[in-house]
Amino acid sequence: MIRTTYREALREGLREALARDPRVFLMGEDVGRYGGTYAVSKGLLEEFGEQRIRDTPLSELSFVAAGIGAALGGMRPIVEVMTVNFSLLALDPLMNTAATLRHMSGGQFSVPLVLRMATGAGRQLAAQHSHSLEGWYAHIPGLKILAPATLEDARGMLWPALQDPDPVLIFEHSTLYNLEGVLDEGAAVDIHSARVRREGRDLTLVTYGGSLGKALAAAGQLAGEGISVEVIDLRVLHPLDDATLMASVRRTRRLLVVDEGWRSGSLAAEIIARVVEQGFYELDAPPARVCSQEVPVPYAKHLEEAALPQVPGIVAAARELLGRG
Amino acid sequence: MIEFKLPSLGADMDEGTLLEWRIAPGDALRRGQVVAVVDTAKAAVDVECWQDGNVLDLLIQPGDKVPVGTPIALLLEPGESAETAPVPTAAVPAAVPTGRPRISPAARKRAAELGIDASVLSGTGPQGAVTLEDVEAAARQAAPVDRQAAMRQAIGAAMSRSKREIPHYYLGETIPLGAVMAWLATHNAELAPERRLLPGVLLLKAIALALRDYPQLNGFWQGGAFHPAPGIHLGVAVALRQGGLIAPALHDVADKPLAQLMDELGDLVQRARSHSLRSSELADASLTVTQLGDQGVDSVFGVIYPPQVALVGVGRIAERPWVEAGRLCAMPTAHFSLAADHRASDGHYGARFLAEIRRLLQAPDSL
Repeated sequence: MIRTTYREALREGLREALARDPRVFLMGEDVGRYGGTYAVSKGLLEEFGEQRIRDTPLSELSFVAAGIGAALGGMRPIVEVMTVNFSLLALDPLMNTAATLRHMSGGQFSVPLVLRMATGAGRQLAAQHSHSLEGWYAHIPGLKILAPATLEDARGMLWPALQDPDPVLIFEHSTLYNLEGVLDEGAAVDIHSARVRREGRDLTLVTYGGSLGKALAAAGQLAGEGISVEVIDLRVLHPLDDATLMASVRRTRRLLVVDEGWRSGSLAAEIIARVVEQGFYELDAPPARVCSQEVPVPYAKHLEEAALPQVPGIVAAARELLGRG
Repeated sequence: MIEFKLPSLGADMDEGTLLEWRIAPGDALRRGQVVAVVDTAKAAVDVECWQDGNVLDLLIQPGDKVPVGTPIALLLEPGESAETAPVPTAAVPAAVPTGRPRISPAARKRAAELGIDASVLSGTGPQGAVTLEDVEAAARQAAPVDRQAAMRQAIGAAMSRSKREIPHYYLGETIPLGAVMAWLATHNAELAPERRLLPGVLLLKAIALALRDYPQLNGFWQGGAFHPAPGIHLGVAVALRQGGLIAPALHDVADKPLAQLMDELGDLVQRARSHSLRSSELADASLTVTQLGDQGVDSVFGVIYPPQVALVGVGRIAERPWVEAGRLCAMPTAHFSLAADHRASDGHYGARFLAEIRRLLQAPDSL
């Protein structure tokens, strides 16, 4: 058990991977001399040298594609993209090559690429640095999508991601980097299951990444009103762990999804659809969701807060589900 | 405007629980139409409307339990419209929202498992939806209600009232049924089993015909005076399989042919046992007949079912030693008893009534 931050936990995960496997290298904009936009890779250049920690030109398309080539060539690249907004520049190689190659080659080639990027809003970085597009990537077959929300997952998801023969995208919510707490080094971390972060009887609250803290805060507040909320951290956004979701909804009979993505066509919509498909007769209320307002995330602090899911909105939605609105 | 009030479906009913509406606002009603199903201590009963009209509003919801006499619906008389009709002075609750009741899927599933009709429950969920918890609460509430105990209590209350208020007198007479049984044997011999008559039907017909001449025994004691009944509707005591007793009315017995009475009696007994009687059948009986012949007792002296003023009891039909024209013979007989309200008639009148029944039963062709 050590006291640490989310940022340091990610760095420890990187350091461990670089040390364990000589095929692993990190590349991206400013990951070397600057130490990473969010200071995650600070000190790694000095420790592992320029061959393993590589600064790249300002071209997501080229360095993500280069990472795909390196993976095909036998390396284990970790590619960092500053924010998810910029990753759209590399969507073509990601979707048309990385995600499809195993299928199109009849299983002869796979792309063991790991792509890390920041996602989400809450730090007044305005629309072009603040969106939550992981739900889009979770739409693409062939990609595994991870969203570490805890120190253990920040530390522990990278290594199994590197072991995966197919491309894995890790979305780090930008408000989490400063998250501080006690990391359980003995905790087992996998990259296929969802986790119950708080047990409850009356309502299943499903969330992930940057919204987990808000969900747990809302659950704490609702407990004071006698509403017992079970909080599930998805952790893996694609493929979804239906079994954990359904087991919880069968107990609580009610579902609330909190997702920082835009409401229409969101990951929240997919989760609700699955629960209705598999558990319609288990439900005691129509499933509900708290998502972001369908606007470009605003810069102004009060507008940004208003656009994102917040604790009072989650609490109100939960009360509504229980007929106490 | 008419306030449709929850009718009393018998002396032992002082409140009822609405199970189901069979009408909705806007419906046109005809006299005699079933408008609602109401649960009494004894049975679920189809309540009928007593005149033509149109439904304006339903004032109570399924699940509500209200005392007899409570307005439960507002009706417009033919030709009246909602605008022109004078509004009754009593406060009218807000209109009950109609349409499909909101029931969560989990509540629906659990209700099906528990055999509960979730659509009659009132919900506590979002927008008044019936939730799983509502169904389980209803199940907990329903479980301890013991219909047999409730029925025992209802019968007890009615019979206590009868014994307390009605000065009974009792008469008994053994009536020879040789002619009836011989006629029946001949009649039934030619018929398929399902069309054969039971002796009980002939006895009911004879009692009904006798009542035509003895109207003081066919009616009700209400408000300190005797009121003759408008028709001869015999209450037929039916023992229910799960215990208890109910005496729905067989209507206009004196006017119907035996075959029709047989059919109607079978239908009535079957519906009494499946709890689907109509309100008129529970409220209308003008004299009750209890036949305990099946049980093998020789005589039965019954307790009058208030506000009726008389009850005829019939014991087992069996061959017994009988003297006729100075000669001893074996004769099918049954002991008939009359329990009657001394305020409405006296023993002499009652004895002549029994004698009339006896006379009618000697000429089965005339029944």
